[in-house]
Amino acid sequence: MKDIIGRIQSKLGDRGKDIKEQTNNRVYVSVDRKNIKECAKILFEDMDARYIVASGMENFDSFEILYHFGFDKESAIVSLRVYLDKDNPEIDTLTDIIPGISYIEREMWELLGINFKGHPNMKHFLLGDDWEKGNYPLRKDKYEK
Amino acid sequence: MNLKTKALKKSLWVYHMSGGSCNNCDIEILDCLTPKFDLERFGIVLVGSPRHADVLLCTGIVNKKCVERVKEVYEQTAKPCVVVAIGACACSGGMFRDSYEMGGPLNKIIPVDIYIPGCPPKPEAMIAGIVKVLEKLK
Amino acid sequence: MKNNKKTVIVPIGPYHPLLEEPEFFALYCDGEKIVDVEWQAGYNHRGIEKLSESKHWDQVTFLVERICGICSTSHPFAYCNTIENLIGMTIPERAKYIRSIIGELERIHSHLLWMGLAGHFLGYNTVFMWAWKYREPVLDLFEIISGNRNHYAMFKIGGVRRNIENEDIPKIRKMLAEIKGQLEMLIGAVLDDPVLTARLKNVGVLTKQDIKNFGSVGPVARASGVDVDVRRDEPYAAYPLVEWSVITAKNGDVLDKAVVRLSECLEAVKIITQCLDAIEGKAGEIGEEVRRVPEGEGIGRHEAPRGECFHYIRSDGANSPVRHKIRAPSYTNVPTFKASCIGQTISDVAIILAGVDPCYCCTERVAVYDAGKKKKLYDFQHLVELSKQKTERIRKEI
Ligand code: SF4
Repeated sequence: MKDIIGRIQSKLGDRGKDIKEQTNNRVYVSVDRKNIKECAKILFEDMDARYIVASGMENFDSFEILYHFGFDKESAIVSLRVYLDKDNPEIDTLTDIIPGISYIEREMWELLGINFKGHPNMKHFLLGDDWEKGNYPLRKDKYEK
Repeated sequence: MNLKTKALKKSLWVYHMSGGSCNNCDIEILDCLTPKFDLERFGIVLVGSPRHADVLLCTGIVNKKCVERVKEVYEQTAKPCVVVAIGACACSGGMFRDSYEMGGPLNKIIPVDIYIPGCPPKPEAMIAGIVKVLEKLK
Repeated sequence: MKNNKKTVIVPIGPYHPLLEEPEFFALYCDGEKIVDVEWQAGYNHRGIEKLSESKHWDQVTFLVERICGICSTSHPFAYCNTIENLIGMTIPERAKYIRSIIGELERIHSHLLWMGLAGHFLGYNTVFMWAWKYREPVLDLFEIISGNRNHYAMFKIGGVRRNIENEDIPKIRKMLAEIKGQLEMLIGAVLDDPVLTARLKNVGVLTKQDIKNFGSVGPVARASGVDVDVRRDEPYAAYPLVEWSVITAKNGDVLDKAVVRLSECLEAVKIITQCLDAIEGKAGEIGEEVRRVPEGEGIGRHEAPRGECFHYIRSDGANSPVRHKIRAPSYTNVPTFKASCIGQTISDVAIILAGVDPCYCCTERVAVYDAGKKKKLYDFQHLVELSKQKTERIRKEI
């Protein structure tokens, strides 16, 4: 595990902050929203990680996306953590690097209301086209101001 | 008994429709038709179009996206048509009743004749249910 | 999507008697050739990720079990792995073996189910009936072990809910031996059939690069020569304690997917036998009590029959999850149709789509088909019909 943390550290440089192994075999890296494209590219293409999925969630004062990548030989999962503004959650799409990520981005858009800049096909995926605008089921009522 | 029901109960043709289920009920329905339970020996056949169906087997909570489709399928069936709600999901919503996508349960959307509870109901239970359908038609 | 005049839209689904689940695909065709495919999901979406936030840790195992009926152990398995990863605990040895037994039995019945459906799509209803007939003893085994044919509710955080009694083991062994014989017979019959081979060879090929792009897992990836298997890559439960091997193939066509799946069934029998050997005649704890889940994040995985099943959980120390993300294997396997269907003919679509063993209810935790709104040319039945005709043609040629 030390080895993989070191490798990520050297590849990402100062773009990756507080890299640490939180639980057994699970490494979390904080990345700035602006750098997500480069960092994902480094992990996915240079380090040959396997794209697993991304997961979005709402926090009290921010939105958070975790991009999970699998390093199968080291039996590790590396998650890139990005925080987004609460009022205007927006981030670059990764569809041009990882084609498969398109669906999860559409899902986060419709369930959480996160905007993905430059997504080629932003349409409803799980919910019907007549779903009420501005009603995002995965947002938490208790955080409403 | 008029001619229509008399003809209907000779050989039931079933159409199976899933409206947001976990798929287990659906597989158990298919299981009924395969060699171990073999409903076909009673003349029960799974058909590919609701227009041919005498019985509509519905599973799942019927989520909001499916509501319109379920109505549409029901309208396409030739009446009289028996609607069977299979599984806890279709009967009441089961553990998904509080979900934001819940459009059902089924009896809010179309009239249901028979409920077969269970999660999933065993094929034996389904066969018992179908026998009750036949009795009901008498 | 270029909308030139020649392109015709063919909708598939959502409802078809043999796709147990509703799903909608729109094929854009130019003559017989497919130019583009669009996938529209959501007919099975039940909002489980949200529901999970309102349930107690212990209740979530039952909820995630109901994500999918075919692989109803995979989600509780992954969920328990997640919580155990979060807490950083290990489970008693006997529980490990029991978990693996359940997981592998499920693999057998799921792969047989797929084989049956694939046979049907090709017009081999004999294969369909056979495979489903041989699947029944596996379900009976589950009934002996857990009391239900599906949705076994065997898993709980920290162990398993029910023991496999030592008295039952000889019976299980006997049934397993029968299942093994039947499996070998079925595999021989299917893989030696010249028509099936001719029909499936080089259909729906996925390259290694496609697999990487879409992040596909499980038999789909292994059929293309990508050697991923969570059971080996990150050993959990009893998998590091028994002997078994990961099955891979090279070509990535539907035939290879079938070969991988069927051989995995035999591998599964091997694992189960060894697990039974290990627990037979011994006593032991089957679970540890977990009273509290501390604050933190955890990720757990399980190699489900269709591939890696991934759960992410965040806890704030209270009695239900703050966020529960579930990624089922089909979520990354189904989109590969973009790579495998385009350029193929309509008659192959049914089997290519079936080839990845899609499981939509998993995918959508999170097609009634729009008659009238779109131009209707074929529905899924016609596709199956076309597929059958092609098989018939090949059969005559051989
Ligand atoms: S009743 Fe149970 S088995 Fe049937 S669809 Fe619902 S959750 Fe699945």
